[in-house]
Amino acid sequence: MARISAGIATSHVPAIGAAIDNGRTRDEYWAPVFEGYEFVKEWVKDNTPDVVILVYNDHASALMLDIVPTFALGFAEEFLPADEGWGRRPVPTVHNHLELAAHIAEQLVIDEFDITLINEMDVDHGLTVPLSLVFGQPEEWPCKVIPLAVNVTQFPTPSGERCWKLGEALRNAVKTFPEDLNVQVWGTGGMSHQLQGTRAGLINAEFDQRFIDLLAHEPEELKYITRIEYLRETGTEGIELIMWLIMRAALGYGVEEKHRFYRVPASNTAVGHVVYEARS
Amino acid sequence: MPRTRLYSLDELDDIPGTKVFRALESRQAYHLHKFCMSLMSEDNRAAFRADERAYLDRYKMTEEQKQAVLARDLTKLIELGGNMYFLVKIASTDGWSAQKAVSSMSGMSAEEYAQMMKDGGRSPEGLRSKKDQN
Repeated sequence: MARISAGIATSHVPAIGAAIDNGRTRDEYWAPVFEGYEFVKEWVKDNTPDVVILVYNDHASALMLDIVPTFALGFAEEFLPADEGWGRRPVPTVHNHLELAAHIAEQLVIDEFDITLINEMDVDHGLTVPLSLVFGQPEEWPCKVIPLAVNVTQFPTPSGERCWKLGEALRNAVKTFPEDLNVQVWGTGGMSHQLQGTRAGLINAEFDQRFIDLLAHEPEELKYITRIEYLRETGTEGIELIMWLIMRAALGYGVEEKHRFYRVPASNTAVGHVVYEARS
Repeated sequence: MPRTRLYSLDELDDIPGTKVFRALESRQAYHLHKFCMSLMSEDNRAAFRADERAYLDRYKMTEEQKQAVLARDLTKLIELGGNMYFLVKIASTDGWSAQKAVSSMSGMSAEEYAQMMKDGGRSPEGLRSKKDQN
């Protein structure tokens, strides 16, 4: 049977991808950010999954114009890195695990999640920057990736509570897949940031650190945070944190926190990162 | 279980210096955003750079939206329905960093904004709510 063995959360700032692609990770500005990822790069060598379900948001690269899905599952054989206005990132093509993706797609609908399937799309920094942070710069990504895109752009976004339930549904879907697969769920985006208006540059380290404090062992505290509270406390783009809840819920009751990291800033954003192993 | 997630969407207008992107804005900016997403190809970026006005005239944007693109007035474009995830493609076409683009709305110079971020960012204190002034 397939099992969810671990979860990773990380911010997915585009400038982090650019720093990797342009060989600037040792620059004075960037080195303290990348130091926070040394642990996961070592850890993943012994914990390489067969499949990552990668929860992210599309930044108006493939979605959000003609079709605005609340939850959408990537359902092509492969996904190219998107050209977001400066050319495609020089990173490998992302390959899907279609059998597991199909199983999840069916089980989610049965479980009351009316998920959208996307048969063709490119994947932007929201998906590729986390892969780069964890796996570095390989010729090919070492695992299959199922993209799960969440609308955090057009309000109302799904609630944190709804995201939590999606994580639980994902867990049930994976557990009922008959093939023996080691699956990780990654939640990406956040932490606090706002990319518009005169409040641009907002960072709320107190909120972010409390979020990290509670996520491993007291996540119930977090799932009822409302959209308006995310907006007020963490900025219009800080609400991406609801995607961390999907990851946490997918891991089940008990987790062991292997690593945590928090750093301000990367470009406009507070960078947060955790690594959990499932214990239930 | 109290349904704590429910609240009036009007509350979204209560956050200082912030315009929340909602369904009606999404439609109001549809053609502007179609233009922004067209900049995801090098051919289109080259055509836009060669003659910005002629390129914008291919899209059914309002004249006000076109003028704001020509002026690179991101504050105005957001007022006219735009969302930063679309608009940043204009900045990328210009070779601006996302930080420089964002700073242009902040009322600070790019250098002042960059320094503020290095110093820990903008505190939410006093910027959470217009009515509560907290």
